Amino acid sequence: MNVKGKVHKFGDNVDTDVIIPARYLNTASHKELAAHCMEDIDKEFVNKVADGDIMVATKNFGCGSSREHAPIAIKASGISCVIASSFARIFYRNSINIGLPILECPAAAEAIGEGDVVSVDFGTGVITDETTGEKFQAEPFPEFIQNIIAKGGLINSIK
Amino acid sequence: MGMTMSQKILAAHAGLPEVKAGQLIEAKLDLVLGNDVTTPVAINVFEENGATSVFDNTKIAMIMDHFTPNKDIKAATQVKQVRDFADKYDITNYRDVGGMGIEHALLPEMGIVGPGCLCIGADSHTCTYGALGAFSTGVGSTDMCAGMISGKAWFKVPSAIKFNLIGEPQGYVSGKDVILHIIGKIGVDGALYKSMEFVGEGVKHLNIDDRLCIANMAIEAGAKNGIFPVDDITREYCDGRYQGTPVEYYPDDDAVYDEEYTIDLSELRPTVSFPHLPENTRTVDEIGETEVKIDQVVIGSCTNGRISDLRAAANVLKGKQLARGVRCIVIPGTQKIWQQAMHEGLFDIFVDAGAVVSTPTCGPCLGGHMGILAAGEKAISTTNRNFVGRMGHVDSEVYLASPAVAAASAIAGYIIDPAKV
Repeated sequence: MNVKGKVHKFGDNVDTDVIIPARYLNTASHKELAAHCMEDIDKEFVNKVADGDIMVATKNFGCGSSREHAPIAIKASGISCVIASSFARIFYRNSINIGLPILECPAAAEAIGEGDVVSVDFGTGVITDETTGEKFQAEPFPEFIQNIIAKGGLINSIK
Repeated sequence: MGMTMSQKILAAHAGLPEVKAGQLIEAKLDLVLGNDVTTPVAINVFEENGATSVFDNTKIAMIMDHFTPNKDIKAATQVKQVRDFADKYDITNYRDVGGMGIEHALLPEMGIVGPGCLCIGADSHTCTYGALGAFSTGVGSTDMCAGMISGKAWFKVPSAIKFNLIGEPQGYVSGKDVILHIIGKIGVDGALYKSMEFVGEGVKHLNIDDRLCIANMAIEAGAKNGIFPVDDITREYCDGRYQGTPVEYYPDDDAVYDEEYTIDLSELRPTVSFPHLPENTRTVDEIGETEVKIDQVVIGSCTNGRISDLRAAANVLKGKQLARGVRCIVIPGTQKIWQQAMHEGLFDIFVDAGAVVSTPTCGPCLGGHMGILAAGEKAISTTNRNFVGRMGHVDSEVYLASPAVAAASAIAGYIIDPAKV
């Protein structure tokens, strides 16, 4: 599986409160959550994001609350993949469980710039910055995560 | 190779004689928890996937605490969805207004978490129960749903950081100051994916509420769990309360730790986290007396809404008045704590000082209700996060501190050392 899209770049410690502020957690509607995605860190994000775009951030992305609404909002906003230097652990787990591909790759996270066009090959873990021509090797998913993804998410994998 | 406390609990619940850091295991759960924000998402997943039963209706807790008493129609609709589900599947530990409390204050009090148990909860502060010698960690709603159906969860066995606590805290220093100091030292990702194990002779100087507060904020250092060994203080708390069979786990002498820190509790000072990360800590000695003017004080939450927290705040507020223009909201963690505080006369102290006392709720901690900040406003709060917009407007600020520092600041109108009011 491959994805390709324009990059929205963020910094360190992007927390789940800025990804989806708690004032919107009175709904579980994917569409409503997507409408407020990243609102407290970049008000214009929802107007700029297009289907297939890629989010890139540096360390500890998704820290804070366990709200699954955060990866849901990102996925429903059209983002096809998140690349970061590191992820907070609950966010990592939640993303896999709901089928939002996320890759840890510090070199890519540092080098890729806002607005670059990036392609990702999930089979090999290769990330290509099409704008600069640079290639990066991300850690491919471990076997058990491949299994969850192959079965269409955690719930299907325990059926 | 020796195991940590966390690894031993995981091994026991996976039916394995030994586990190693990095190993993937499937383990049996003693408790699966959700709240009014995360459970609706879990129920949606449950129903979309055609599940028709839960693994054990007595081992699931659904605590309606975040936006309750329901703050708006949408919140009421979400709670109704959970209430209907709990009725349908006869969920024993469903708790709503009147019988509820903030989940991480309530579950230990109810005695449904205790030494040696394995718990997952769809709330990041589920790590709180490590204070009782449990392995307890936050997950999302899909994991909660899978746990409700199967009674199991997969884990990557964590490595650990050892915090050797020595000495006795002095003056107004509390569990909150200990954990803020540690987060300031290691950073908000200092324990990413790892266990934080708190050991050493200093532990005996921390009461159960201090320990619950410390384990509660392990997540703010990125940790998977925080845990204390069981001692007489734990046993006294759990005796006659914990409904399960307590099992005590201690680290092996040759347990492997990634890092070790020694923290001398006698050297710590009241500590405050500045916006917008819990790692931005300063001691009260490093804050100018009129440097940070505050508009609101919140004393409560799953971090500091327990009876000893309310006593600490009342001790500072007794006979004093809030500074002009300061709003102080006191939120006891559970109905029992609320009642106890009332009987002890703490409410009179709060109300006489000009504070208000709320029903238990997570409320303002996450910017839900009961004390939202306007643009430009500053709050000092005994809660656990000071992220951008956490308590309201994106241009408001939250400073994290202990109940004593928060109460003192309410009197002064500025963030201040409790010894100075």
